[in-house]
Amino acid sequence: MLLPIKWLKDYVDLNEEPKVLADGLTLSGSHVESIISLNKGIEKVIVGKILKIEKHPDADKLLICNVDIGEKQLQIVTGATNLKINDYIPVAIVGAKLPNDISIDKTNFRGVDSYGMLCSLKELGYSDSVIPKEMRDGIFILDKEYPLGTDIAQVLQLNDEVIEFEITPNRPDCLSVIGMARETAATFNKELKEPEIKIEKEVEDISNYIDSVEVKSSLCNRYYTRVVKDVEIKESPLWLQIRLMEAGVRPINNIVDITNFVMLEYGEPLHAFDLDKINGRKVIIREADNEEKIITIDEIKRNLDSSNLIIADEKSPIAIAGVMGGFDTEVTRETKIVLLEGANFNGKSVRLTSKKFGLRTEASTRFEKGIDPNLCKTAVDRVCQLIELIDAGTIVKGNIDVYKDVKEEKEIVLRPNKVNSLLGIELSIEDMIKYLEGLGLKSKLKDEVINVTIPTFRLDLEREVDLIEEIGRLYGFHNIPSKPLVGVLTRGEKPYGRIIEDKAKFILQGLGLNEVMTYSFISPKVYDKIKVSDNSPLKKYIKLINPLGEDYSVMRTTLIPNMLDLLSRNYNRGVEICHVYEIGNIFVPKELPVKELPEEKKILSLGMYGKVDFYDLKEVVDKVFERLGIKDVEYIREEDNPTFHPGRTARLVIGDDVIGIIGEIHMDVTENYDIKERVYIGQLDFNKIVDLTNLNFKYKPLPKYPSMLRDIAVVIEKDILAGEMEKVIWNNGKGLIENIELFDIYTGDQIPEGMKSVAYSITYRSHERTLKDEEVNEIQQSIIKDLEDKFKAKLRS
Amino acid sequence: MREILTEIKEKALSNIKEVMNLDELEQMRIKFLGKKGELTLVLRDMGKLSPEERPIVGQMANEIRNEIEIEISTIRDMFRNEIKKAKMEKEKIDITVSTNKKSLGHRHPLLSTIEELEDLFISMGFSVVNGPEIETVENNFNALNSPENHPSRDLSDTFYITEDILLRTQTSPVQIRAMKEMGAPLRIVSAGRTFRFDDVDDTHSPMFHQLEGLVVDENITMANLIHTIDIFIKELFGKDMETRFRPHHFPFTEPSGEVDVTCFKCMGKGCDACNGTGWSMELLGCGMVHPKVLENCGIDPEKYSGFAFGMGIDRITMVKYGINDIRLLFENDNRFLKQF
Repeated sequence: MLLPIKWLKDYVDLNEEPKVLADGLTLSGSHVESIISLNKGIEKVIVGKILKIEKHPDADKLLICNVDIGEKQLQIVTGATNLKINDYIPVAIVGAKLPNDISIDKTNFRGVDSYGMLCSLKELGYSDSVIPKEMRDGIFILDKEYPLGTDIAQVLQLNDEVIEFEITPNRPDCLSVIGMARETAATFNKELKEPEIKIEKEVEDISNYIDSVEVKSSLCNRYYTRVVKDVEIKESPLWLQIRLMEAGVRPINNIVDITNFVMLEYGEPLHAFDLDKINGRKVIIREADNEEKIITIDEIKRNLDSSNLIIADEKSPIAIAGVMGGFDTEVTRETKIVLLEGANFNGKSVRLTSKKFGLRTEASTRFEKGIDPNLCKTAVDRVCQLIELIDAGTIVKGNIDVYKDVKEEKEIVLRPNKVNSLLGIELSIEDMIKYLEGLGLKSKLKDEVINVTIPTFRLDLEREVDLIEEIGRLYGFHNIPSKPLVGVLTRGEKPYGRIIEDKAKFILQGLGLNEVMTYSFISPKVYDKIKVSDNSPLKKYIKLINPLGEDYSVMRTTLIPNMLDLLSRNYNRGVEICHVYEIGNIFVPKELPVKELPEEKKILSLGMYGKVDFYDLKEVVDKVFERLGIKDVEYIREEDNPTFHPGRTARLVIGDDVIGIIGEIHMDVTENYDIKERVYIGQLDFNKIVDLTNLNFKYKPLPKYPSMLRDIAVVIEKDILAGEMEKVIWNNGKGLIENIELFDIYTGDQIPEGMKSVAYSITYRSHERTLKDEEVNEIQQSIIKDLEDKFKAKLRS
Repeated sequence: MREILTEIKEKALSNIKEVMNLDELEQMRIKFLGKKGELTLVLRDMGKLSPEERPIVGQMANEIRNEIEIEISTIRDMFRNEIKKAKMEKEKIDITVSTNKKSLGHRHPLLSTIEELEDLFISMGFSVVNGPEIETVENNFNALNSPENHPSRDLSDTFYITEDILLRTQTSPVQIRAMKEMGAPLRIVSAGRTFRFDDVDDTHSPMFHQLEGLVVDENITMANLIHTIDIFIKELFGKDMETRFRPHHFPFTEPSGEVDVTCFKCMGKGCDACNGTGWSMELLGCGMVHPKVLENCGIDPEKYSGFAFGMGIDRITMVKYGINDIRLLFENDNRFLKQF
């Protein structure tokens, strides 16, 4: 909402600096987004008059003008085509300054000297979007004669700022100059001077022109019309045009400009129809028929349907209610008689219709948020008053007013102690009443409560707490003293699962992995990229009804694609080593289509490439488990997961519980992701990790007796897993084995084909005595025998 | 005999002074103090002395031995120190070389910001709770007093899964869950992923993050809200940071406010980044919990009151670390992550 300060001053006496005004209004609830100085920095631009226009001898597109600026005449070259003799125009003389740091010097155009520049509105700082169409490409021609040499800033009242407000959706009444004037008056403790609406002369009667208004839809609460005859359509006076331009609205013609002016002034959108072009003598407000069409004033043909509220004559639609008027009944240069509309349409209907047509207009944004229906009459009558004022037509007597659900003032009871107890201040009842009255809310103290009358324009005030906010914001939130919380709750906690998560992240960080974060939604295409089979449970994913695009259209059931995606991005950007993790949710529907909220399962996703192999990834997992006190993890070969390398992948199992999978990514998949390196990924069920975590570490006495170290090296079939062999070693240990360390796996020379040499270093220790050679030797023998029996291992000598 | 002893002493001390290294020193020790050393040999003749003289000469001989031993040990220490010094001199390395053999991982800047904020609020007595990313329309909008026709409910603003299920657009539904499950009194904070129908650009992302706080208790006032926010902002951004409370509107709080903080770029002087106002806008939204919301959660607004606040963590992270493009947070480029 753009508010020219000089317009505001019509209703409130103000001499505050713009910055003070803006800060004050921000702190009382009307948030100032910016202070705009449209024509900032204009100097030495004065009124001139064109005396003579000649063609430039050497340039077809240039003209040489003789301009009278009062004290002298200047020769100025211009490219404009809209000039004629005796036009009054703004002249930037040599030494002048224009907005955007432009300065004017004497120049030479193909041999002709030019002592200044004739200015367009754009050069004076107005935006293209508000400059009247006919002036867009040419010099700004002043509306009448002004003393030559007068500073243009004075003529156009340029020395003024425009404040841009962010109006919250609960305050549609502030989308108007008077609404903001009311706020300003309340904030600065001043008086609001609303215009007195009076029409001097009314002729004939509206019934001579129109028989009836029929409101056939509940989406229209009120429809108020008046007629103006003998209109003479032309440009508005300059003051009106400047007001509109400063408020961000393009001047069109006097009648349309006045309806826009009043819309900005009161916040009530209005429309003017060319009455001669209305078929019949009836105005009908109804929902459109499917198949019906209308050409709107932007000359676009629009297909209507029954969800669209329209204004129609007896033949066809003449406007889309609250959104845009029709082209056929638009006010034009030829219009002689107009029908003025001030209506109250249903906000939701307007919103959906404006959305359907992609047409957000000043009118539709106001209707969407809700408008006081009592404004319809005020605003239309105000239009009549202004038409009379600028002598643009004659007002016809009478009106037609269809008003169904009359909006009336209501009363809210306010308890003063509640005000203070919610805001945490100690305000007197008198001050409360002062703030409320300042906003136009009549307040009466009775039996220790304040009865507050809510005017119909305050659609947002529904209950006591709304009034407390009104008092609070005028008192100033910034003036409320800060007081520490007291109460029984003084100790904050983090859920156990989150504590474990933090711990896991700490461990992973120590292991050199970087934390990443990826979107919860993915493309359904990625399931093919990671070669998931059609019957996989991973493909039971939840789809969004309205995704941003296919890439973000389904809720992920695995974090593998996100991981591959980011590894690929890093790889293809030349990052040599990338070791990362993410803890994020997957979404598992209870049934499809979804009827209730799905299960959200936390997954620890690990991803690595560059200077790593399977064992590095496995070590990361082992270390996380070790530090979280998770024991007895078994790695079981996983050969048929299509995403992973069949020979380098393991399922992690504890007891009967599958905790996750780790492994090298299948070459087909890395190819799909354009990664020409081995990639290792792990997916672990983090909820299960949390359940299994046991941080109850207990001190065990440090060993008192010496340990004994023995090696075992055997030759064994290649496919026997180290894990299987280690089980055998532990099982034979009689509780005396402290540690087993695999220190060599070897294939090649001296080892038969299909076999491998595996060497372990075993640490023995007892906590009760010093071990004897014999008993350790005995265990060693039983281990070797067991390995021979179970795996046909042969002791290597 | 006394003369011989004095002679040996003087000879020994002067000889010792002239040795060049540890070996020569050892030879001197053997020469004078060894089993067949000069002093030892002299003492063998002690028997020839009279019983009166024996203890006197014996004492003298012991003193001389001590004196020589002390001298030898002093010289030995000197040589040893020189040797160590020479060794260390040789072992000099280039201490500016970095080998980068150790690697420590990096936390994602946004997630570590969330953790920091949570810890701060924990220290203020707030408990951390988490809620699901997929929510009901009831929890995300209805129970939060969001008007039925509010544009934020549109398909062009909110991602839907069914008519009643959506991707939460804010962390506020966690408030509803917490109030319904735990009732009053309550002091919680909740952070997490939120989703809105925004195309990706340098300041927008369809997925972003919020942190939300809620206090419900007897006698909670706006003055308490202001105090809490003030502490939090000073902790997060430093003591010099000024805050400005100004009224705003949210459906789930009344009164509602927004908090601006001193412009990070100009520290309040006014610059392009803050439109000349000196304030960085809309760091967080807050307010007193709307009585309708309390009622919706079965809490009596006549007995209890509360405040809530919420903020965008992505923006706070970006401001904190000077990150100018939100996409960087989700791209996970290793070279980006390694900076934090």
